[in-house]
Amino acid sequence: MEQMIKPIMQARDITKVYPGTTALKNVSFDVFAGQVNVLIGENGAGKSTLMKILAGIEKPTKGMVYLEGEEVSFHNTRDASSRGVSIIHQELNMFSDMRVVDNMFAGNEISGLGVLIDRKAQAKKAKEVLARLQQPIDPDEMMRNLRVGQQQVVEIAKTMLQRELKVLIMDEPTSSLSNVEVEALFRLIEDLKKQGIAIIYISHRLEEIIRIGDVVTILRDGERVANARVEDIDIRWIVEKMVGHSAVTIEKPPFQGKMEELLKVENYCLPRLGGGYTVDHVSFNLYKGEVLGIYGLMGAGRTELVESLIGLHPEATGSMVLDGEVVEKPHVSQQIARGMVLVPEDRQKDGLVQTMSISDNLSLTSIPRFTQHGMIKKHACKSAVDEVVLNMQVKVSDVRHLITSLSGGNQQKVVIGKCVMAKAKVFIMDEPSRGIDVGAKTDIFRIMRNFAAEGMGVIFVGSELKEILSVCDRVLVMSNGKLTADLSGNEMNEENLVKASAAALHTGKTPNLKGEMK
Amino acid sequence: MTKSTNRRADTSLGLILLKGRTFIALALLVVYFSFRAPNFTEFSSIILLIKHASLYGLLAIGMTLVILTGGIDLSVGAVVGLSAMIAGGLMTEGIRLPYVAGTIYPNVPLILLLVCLLAVIIGFCSGTLIAKVKVPAFIATLGAMYIGRGFAMLRSGGATFPNLFGSEKLGNLGFDVIGSGTLWGIPYIIIIFIAVSLVAAFITKKTPLGNQIYAVGGNERAAIISGIKTTRVKLFVYMFSAFCAALAGIIKASELRAAHPATGESWEMIAISSVVLGGTSMSGGVGSVGGTIIGVLVITVLNDGMIMMGVSTFWQMVIKGVVIIAAVIIDLVQKDLQNKAALAARIK
Repeated sequence: MEQMIKPIMQARDITKVYPGTTALKNVSFDVFAGQVNVLIGENGAGKSTLMKILAGIEKPTKGMVYLEGEEVSFHNTRDASSRGVSIIHQELNMFSDMRVVDNMFAGNEISGLGVLIDRKAQAKKAKEVLARLQQPIDPDEMMRNLRVGQQQVVEIAKTMLQRELKVLIMDEPTSSLSNVEVEALFRLIEDLKKQGIAIIYISHRLEEIIRIGDVVTILRDGERVANARVEDIDIRWIVEKMVGHSAVTIEKPPFQGKMEELLKVENYCLPRLGGGYTVDHVSFNLYKGEVLGIYGLMGAGRTELVESLIGLHPEATGSMVLDGEVVEKPHVSQQIARGMVLVPEDRQKDGLVQTMSISDNLSLTSIPRFTQHGMIKKHACKSAVDEVVLNMQVKVSDVRHLITSLSGGNQQKVVIGKCVMAKAKVFIMDEPSRGIDVGAKTDIFRIMRNFAAEGMGVIFVGSELKEILSVCDRVLVMSNGKLTADLSGNEMNEENLVKASAAALHTGKTPNLKGEMK
Repeated sequence: MTKSTNRRADTSLGLILLKGRTFIALALLVVYFSFRAPNFTEFSSIILLIKHASLYGLLAIGMTLVILTGGIDLSVGAVVGLSAMIAGGLMTEGIRLPYVAGTIYPNVPLILLLVCLLAVIIGFCSGTLIAKVKVPAFIATLGAMYIGRGFAMLRSGGATFPNLFGSEKLGNLGFDVIGSGTLWGIPYIIIIFIAVSLVAAFITKKTPLGNQIYAVGGNERAAIISGIKTTRVKLFVYMFSAFCAALAGIIKASELRAAHPATGESWEMIAISSVVLGGTSMSGGVGSVGGTIIGVLVITVLNDGMIMMGVSTFWQMVIKGVVIIAAVIIDLVQKDLQNKAALAARIK
């Protein structure tokens, strides 16, 4: 049925390899004019990478991109937008202290003889475009005075300054908008469709996709797994395809019930800049021998919650009892000494020191244990490193090699191994399975279950439903900073998790209380 | 298949040459100057060259630790000048204690202690600004540079403290020995430099602190999450750098037997150049004390050799500038080749 219209833009057999991971494997993607082409997948499925390739930010390792039947290879976003392909990022790229009109023409000024800016012509053009978008925005207003939704409209207006906008890529455009602004955006998208512009729309909000989308493409683990017209499908179908039949199977002992308490968190809050809370009065417990999942969409506040617990956000408030000890203002090095460790979400940015060897990375946290008379005991340290490498099945040829010589999965094992060497009691793992292959994932989940079996407590922050459900004994769900569910046993299923993860979106209401879901 | 394997073998041979480039450059320079510059290979000129290298080397060693954490210390030249002036002042004018004992003249060891202590306090202040207040290192130490130089000038109203021999009567004889004395024929300056280098090498290679210096420079956020007290690490490196600068200032004043407030002007640039030539990354986390020693030798050999050859000072500046930029470009080429080789290996 799709063959009836010819796609305006096509990606053919795109493969993208990053050091440590393969983000896309032979993905093909068709974009149709005058339609909303939706792209969905879990975090790390490769959506952003594909977008970046289409918009000229990244170059594919293999594969080709065609625009109106002609092969194109964009050097940068500027090149892409001059051919009519533009992208609007989740985080807006703007100059807050410049006027709207100057933002629209930044880097693309209309000028006489290439020297003087022709402000009159710019003002005229800006008015024209804003009028075409039917938006009452004053081009002379300072950018920072606009609401987020309006700022986004300016970004869209900017892309429409191009001679002919053919493809507009929108990466989670609604993630920071209010309800009213979302409605306005949808009207705008309808208008753009009528003008024959192809929209590529990325979102995690499934209801939104059903409402506004025309064609849906689903990515999973860097591969295209499904493609359909929106009228033929429903949310359940999407979830099924997104999650797939995970190859990860973990033996999980039957839930023991609530045993000895290891960690008690009460009323944790992290204020957000500009009002509200990123972490909104969160309370929960962690028991010995338990793997506790924290599920939620991107931006739900999961990472911020665990970062607050380890002491990375001094402005966080709330109380915590860690293994019987009351912790007032957590500080990272003290928390580690008390036995709490964090495997951070972004292992490249936060977890590893790229300039150091595998061995030095592993011993980074535990080095005080191997110090005598101010000197590092190399032998003791080395044998501990070797032991961890063996136990965790890290595939290395030599621990003295640079950490960057390892694959993503093995790098992740090193980050976890670092925590093991620190002799932790509470392991917090933020997205430990992101961007690594299935084999390494299984290893890591097995390691988590082993920790629990040894009487430690594991907090697993994840956004892949199947993984969370197969590894965890109990799952907390966060939505918009609030804890919206605490599920265990039979209540722990995909539907409840998905529902709870959207429970606090777009509502100013008080959070659902624990266990109130279903 | 064979083709690509060959190419990789080629790059790895090239990489070996690239990695030892500073050492090769040093060897080539020495050979070149021994043919072209008269007296270059004479024992006395070699000792003189090593003495020069030691003075700059002290600063460069301190700077190495700072740059390894991803910082920079522009204040070392000013600390050299201030230390020289404080030492000179204590020698000539002593400490005035109007209500208690009039003026007392501390002996030489006490002077050394006081000067080093002052420098370490300056380092502590810069370090606090950088680690606690989060002022960028460039700005904090730029400010410290002006303040330090200003106080060096203020100490004497811009004048020199001459004839720092001390006197028997004041009990401060022997200040000039530091800069001119020898042990078994080796000048004290060189011995001090070797001692400081060994300490710095020991710290970076053998102690947890050294490990943490590399970690902070390699990825500060990962270091924080690993429980490293990054504030302490940063404080230490700026205090150590200032301490090295104080030693250099004392040595220079002792060698000249005079303290001038402009002592050490622009030496921070020589120190930074040496560190960069020695292969330490300006973004932190990569480098070594040993590399810096070779770097400072390259700079000094180039400098002294050109002087002996009679190259004009103006051309000397141009050549030094070209050498530094070339060194960094080669560094970038090496990293690029390494990355490409790593990526190629992964796609295979």
